[in-house]
Amino acid sequence: MNFEEQAGKSVLARAGVSVPQGRLCASAQEAETAARAIGPVVVKAQVPTGKRGKSGGVKLATTPEEAAAAAQAILGMEIGGFPVARVLVEEQAAIAREFYAAVLNDPASRSPLVLFSTEGGMDIEEVAATRPESLRRMAVDIRKGFGPADARRLLLGLDLGEAAVPVAAMLVDLYRVYRQHDAELLEINPLALLADGRVVPLDCKLTVDDAALYRQTDIAELGARETLSALEERGRALDLKFIELEGNVGVLANGAGLTMTTMDVVSHAGGRPANFLEIGGEAYTKGTEALDLVLSNPGVKSLVVNFCGAFARTDVMAGGVIQAWKTLNPTIPVFFSIHGTGEDEAVRMVREELGIEPYDRMEDAISAAVEAAR
Amino acid sequence: MIVRKSDRVLVQGITGKQGTFWTEQMQAYGTTVVGGVNPKKAGQSHCGVPIFATAKEAMANGGFDVSVMFIPPAAAKAAAIDAIEAGAKTVVCLTEHIPSHDVMEMHAAAAEHGTRIIGPNTAGIVTPGEGFVGIMPAFNPRVFQPGRVGVISRSGSLGTLVCLNLVRGGHGQSAFLGIGGDPMIGTTTKDALAALIDDPGTDAIALIGEIGGSMEEEAAELVAKTDKPVVSFIAGRASPPGKKMGHAGAIVTGDRGSYASKRGALERAGAVVVDVPGDLPAALDALMAEAAKRSGAQRLAD
Repeated sequence: MNFEEQAGKSVLARAGVSVPQGRLCASAQEAETAARAIGPVVVKAQVPTGKRGKSGGVKLATTPEEAAAAAQAILGMEIGGFPVARVLVEEQAAIAREFYAAVLNDPASRSPLVLFSTEGGMDIEEVAATRPESLRRMAVDIRKGFGPADARRLLLGLDLGEAAVPVAAMLVDLYRVYRQHDAELLEINPLALLADGRVVPLDCKLTVDDAALYRQTDIAELGARETLSALEERGRALDLKFIELEGNVGVLANGAGLTMTTMDVVSHAGGRPANFLEIGGEAYTKGTEALDLVLSNPGVKSLVVNFCGAFARTDVMAGGVIQAWKTLNPTIPVFFSIHGTGEDEAVRMVREELGIEPYDRMEDAISAAVEAAR
Repeated sequence: MIVRKSDRVLVQGITGKQGTFWTEQMQAYGTTVVGGVNPKKAGQSHCGVPIFATAKEAMANGGFDVSVMFIPPAAAKAAAIDAIEAGAKTVVCLTEHIPSHDVMEMHAAAAEHGTRIIGPNTAGIVTPGEGFVGIMPAFNPRVFQPGRVGVISRSGSLGTLVCLNLVRGGHGQSAFLGIGGDPMIGTTTKDALAALIDDPGTDAIALIGEIGGSMEEEAAELVAKTDKPVVSFIAGRASPPGKKMGHAGAIVTGDRGSYASKRGALERAGAVVVDVPGDLPAALDALMAEAAKRSGAQRLAD
């Protein structure tokens, strides 16, 4: 789950990390009122994506009137596909230097990774490519944690002067918040050294592990809702992994790997998949709901049902599909390929109850479905 | 990493519906199951084997080599660490959706105790004719037959399809290594490839990958060094851009991770990458014929 800047900063503030004073505003008038209370401000679009500055989604305002005008200009913009519904009106800080800091899950070391650079405010990929000497990284033993001594060791040799102490403290704080909230990524870019010596996060990007949301209920309500189509909302409510696509060949398979492969073969055969939908793992009993979902897309002209069951029993999945097919009685053609656990029973059921002969090779079933969708 | 008949297997969560079903399948196939774990039913027996309160107790009472976990996500960390601290050589972690911080704690404990974790989110490992550990249809003779092709797959369902295609094309398997679909897994594509390269029972390798991460690119370094033929299929070519990677995440993997990157790295290393899984057996036949010709020529030269 992604958190917009303001939501991420709320999480930091709740954990005792000081952040700039700011208010979330949904109108020019609200922005004006906020600026009147705060003073000179920066007005920032709140969308769960980067590149806001480059898209014109961040503006400085000295007076409340300027803040209103900035909010007016930014609200309603679309940035990275996200419509801007709210802006953060935040105090302007007297910035002395800008740094970069992040804590993230690192697949290579299978551990948390703390990153810091003296070059803030630009893409970290660019920093790694152009100023590698400014970038420090430390893999953390998750059972030992990351303390002040670790932070000092990470920063050793960087030209930070007096800022070394508050920067080290900030890194320890960021690691603590990352651990406390099951984050996959907590990135502060820029992390600012202010003229008065304080170190504060000017931006905040937070991603919390979806698998851990059950134990992060206190912050989950702050996270950004994904933009889903109506069908995708239905899929989510059913706890099914469903993604709506542009094509006309409906796909129903089990397991992420097999479902992706089914889409690949549809595409290789010259067709376009209408969706990603997998009912593997614990979802293998949801064949009925899944088929209903695929067929609710009016763009679907033919359907591939491709099962290769290991844990997911093909007889159970096929039973669900057959039941739904009989209830919905659709007019589009369907092409089956069924192998793995329970296949003899599944093939027999499809043959006897639907009068359809499953294909032995999935490539043949898919070619037939692509042909039928033309 | 390749499961053998001599490996003694402990089933954590043996008494649940899935634990029971798959324990019976493993036993019927010939896997040596020596016990199970369920703290509430310790002292009883299930599927003909004793139930222990913990993996440590199982180790103290007869021992085991491999543990397989039929454990829900919230309890997975404790179960894995119990098995690791008990001294398991290998932990096969089937569980999907374990919080990533828990997974990192499991990996840290495994590194300290020298335990190999396979998974999380794996469908398991199969050695046709010897045994299997996990939730693969090892018992289906159309999917698994003893043979000399080693198979590596992140996905259980796609791995099943590939093995089916191989058997149909006349190739049995020396081993199936399901490594799991999670982003932070204990046994990588490269680790599995190294095991198959070292295995005298394996003549050729089918490396089945997916978009995301950089495991296939890293494995390509070994593909370039081995004489064993490697065929590959990478799933996800037609997938829309999936989960957005954080910028800081992208720095760790650079620009690696796309279909094109993986296919390019494997092809440059000498693997044959096919467009559809049905083409794997023919690609394998061609490479193995070539390899046989090469080794024949080598023998003549000697």
